[in-house]
Amino acid sequence: MVTTLLDARRARRIAEQVPDPELPMLTLADLGVLREVSMDPDGTVVASLTPTYSGCPAMAEMRAGVAARLKDAGYPRVEIRTVLDPPWTSDWITPEGRRKLAEHGIAPPGAAPARAAGPVPLVLSPIRRSVTCPRCGSADTEETSRFAATSCKALWRCLACREPFEYVKEI
Amino acid sequence: MSDDHVYMTLAEGHEDDTRWAYGTGFEDPLQGVDTDVPDGVDAQELAALCVTLADDALVSAQRLAEWTTRAPELEEEVALANIGLDLLGQARLLYSRAGQVDGTGRGEDAYAYFRDAGEFRNVRLAELPNGDFAFSIVRLLVFSSWRLAHFERLAAHRDPVLAAIAAKGVKELAYHRQYAAEWAVRLGDGTEESHRRTRRALEQVAPYLGELFTAYDVRDEVVAVLSQVTEAAGLPMPVYRPLPGSGRAGEHTEHLAPLLAELQGVARAHPEATW
Ligand SMILES: [Zn+2]
Repeated sequence: MVTTLLDARRARRIAEQVPDPELPMLTLADLGVLREVSMDPDGTVVASLTPTYSGCPAMAEMRAGVAARLKDAGYPRVEIRTVLDPPWTSDWITPEGRRKLAEHGIAPPGAAPARAAGPVPLVLSPIRRSVTCPRCGSADTEETSRFAATSCKALWRCLACREPFEYVKEI
Repeated sequence: MSDDHVYMTLAEGHEDDTRWAYGTGFEDPLQGVDTDVPDGVDAQELAALCVTLADDALVSAQRLAEWTTRAPELEEEVALANIGLDLLGQARLLYSRAGQVDGTGRGEDAYAYFRDAGEFRNVRLAELPNGDFAFSIVRLLVFSSWRLAHFERLAAHRDPVLAAIAAKGVKELAYHRQYAAEWAVRLGDGTEESHRRTRRALEQVAPYLGELFTAYDVRDEVVAVLSQVTEAAGLPMPVYRPLPGSGRAGEHTEHLAPLLAELQGVARAHPEATW
């Protein structure tokens, strides 16, 4: 039993270190998509992952990455479960993950919008977000595109240092 | 193993992982999700609802993908492709759920690639050709507002899998609607030409609105959003009159079959292929 607990903890540490395919500076734990790692009595490691976006093409790679790492670490039986509920939110990106994003020139997300009961309101007046330039630290920045190379990011530019940068959207 | 990058793990020859490139080896997107149908939920009705919602998303995703290399600016092309990708992801989850509960055990590909136009249940609004940018924006505004209102309600569905797919979709659709609404205002309130085209687009979608509002109580919410946007854009509200037939009954425009021919061509030519 003690061995199993230690083993489950070790398996968790291994799964946590798998890099995200789209944001390879982050581990799956940093991104908050690794929801749980446990071990069945028969030694099967069960890892639960949640997708960031429904269409995230990296989901299959994340599953493969976790399974491969665990097998290489000596766990022959690995089961990957998909967890859809509760849905992923950018709030689950850890402080460590946010620090790594900024270090790599990607602005981390602010707090996800609180979801009140009733219809999601449509706001047409410009939404003021204060996004700080990850290169020079200036707050004098503007959005150039709500969508970027992957669903989870938007494109911004800094008016102080003139550099474009990516920004992980709040969701 | 020096896999600084997850993709590298794919090239390292794990015996049960025969994929050879990123994006290959699609598997059940609901892998490991509890497949039970709760008591009191009719499995066939649930499956039919999932297929309907998936068809709307798949057909819309295909139209959005057609803008790739044709959009007015790179940023818009990327935005439209991303929106399409979200919808494609929703479609995959919903088809998989349908296949789990309808007793056939079909996978997502069976629904997407091996049904003919008459078996699709998407609303006709989704299959109309892209037209100009104004039409695509207006159609996306209507579609995303309607789907968002619908998904908000489905998030409380008694089937926990459908409810979870919907709850996730709500967040995505809110971004889609925001994008379309901002462009509709910019076009309507823009030049004489962009105003004229956006106004014409509203007239063109009008006949297809009735089909959206028949089955679900989402009409008021969608109309409120459309009023908000058209007012900000200086455009008239579309006046809709019912059009005979219904995509929900498999009655489609002449535009669906060619869309499916392109979507399904490769899969049908190589039915045993895996990728
Ligand atoms: Zn800067």
